[in-house]
Amino acid sequence: MSKGLIAVIVVVLILGFVGCGKYNGLVQKDEVVKESWAGVESQYQRRADLIPNLVNTVKGAADFEKSTLTAVIEARSKATQTTINADQLTPENIAKFQAAQDQLSGSLSRLLVSVEQYPNLKANQNFLELQAQLEGTENRISVERGKFNTVVKDYNQEVRTFPTNLFAGVFGFSQKGYFTAAPGSEKAPTVQF
Amino acid sequence: MKQFIIYLLLVIAAFAGVQAQDIPPKPDPPRLVNDLANQLSPDQRETLERKLVAYNDSTSSQIVIVTVPTLGDYPIADYAFKLGTEWGVGQKGKNNGIVLLWAPKERKVFIATGYGLEGAVPDAIAKRIVSQVITPQFKAGQFYQGLSDGVDMIFKYASGEYKADPKQDSDDGGGFPPVLIVVIIFIIILVIIFRNRGGGGGNRGYRGLGVPPIFFPYDTYSGRGGSSGNWGGFGGGDGGGFGGFGGGSFGGGGAGGDY
Repeated sequence: MSKGLIAVIVVVLILGFVGCGKYNGLVQKDEVVKESWAGVESQYQRRADLIPNLVNTVKGAADFEKSTLTAVIEARSKATQTTINADQLTPENIAKFQAAQDQLSGSLSRLLVSVEQYPNLKANQNFLELQAQLEGTENRISVERGKFNTVVKDYNQEVRTFPTNLFAGVFGFSQKGYFTAAPGSEKAPTVQF
Repeated sequence: MKQFIIYLLLVIAAFAGVQAQDIPPKPDPPRLVNDLANQLSPDQRETLERKLVAYNDSTSSQIVIVTVPTLGDYPIADYAFKLGTEWGVGQKGKNNGIVLLWAPKERKVFIATGYGLEGAVPDAIAKRIVSQVITPQFKAGQFYQGLSDGVDMIFKYASGEYKADPKQDSDDGGGFPPVLIVVIIFIIILVIIFRNRGGGGGNRGYRGLGVPPIFFPYDTYSGRGGSSGNWGGFGGGDGGGFGGFGGGSFGGGGAGGDY
């Protein structure tokens, strides 16, 4: 056996070992991201689940312009339709998801602002509690989004740094998307008292 | 040497980073009432602290009251979650912490619930406590009363959710290995056997209980409290003081209001 062949075998073996380690590390981080994504999704789902109740309460207590309510209902259905497979958390998909959810945030906040004109609704215990739940959900969404961004950052760093980036390319690990703070969306349904 | 300097600079930078976050550092020694904005009298602080420590002892749930001079740029909710998570309010795994945050300058109050207490104190209840118990008192300038009543309401909802662990070894931070406990129990048994006269023995806990010496304190439920208090004494805690935060985390539960 020639020395060249041995050298090649050694290099291949080393690369193989390093590759295994990097691959496992990537898989682990990928799973963490997926888990975190599930946390984000479930909080958004929770918000979506609260909305029909909120809409009904508002409808029963205040007979104001239907258009605000319809906007909320439409935005909600659009937002619930926009789901991402946890395997495809690409920047584009995240942006699309966020756009749909932000639209819902926007119409929700408009609804809650217009509700301010109805004192009987503001005195309605059921409504107040729904509002508290909604605010709590928004807070949870922002916490989960923050956590998601943190783990994605960790993952992306791994994917992009040398030499892992070589293996990441081979094994098909691509960068994942972040949530961006859309202006105003964070504070959407906070209501002033 | 050069490396050491670089390392030192890194450490300083890390600390500077922490400072820049505006969240006050974890109190040392740990306390459950942290009146950083100086709104309460020492007496009031002490009363609240005792109340919260007693609750922590009996349920392992940690409720902290924090007043801050300013929230900086944070919304009060974010500030409360950040503070709760950074301090580690609540037990690790149970996440049974609550932060009652009061920002006098911004005139805001917020109750942040740890993951583990979101079921017992849902947002709607937290909101009710803030808007019906705390803020009415605050509006009248009765700050201590508002906090005290608010805490009572939280107790009411949160009680029964968690029970204190009989062996609170991990809470003391000192760490009390189970083997040592077994050894101590064994020694106590020996002491009881050898000094089988009422009132004998060096064990404060069981003397206080006044149980006949034949009954080993651990057999009775009330005996547990006595003996665990004793362990606290052994662990070097300052006699019934707060043992420290457990490392709980917060996920955005809770509600607040203005006054």
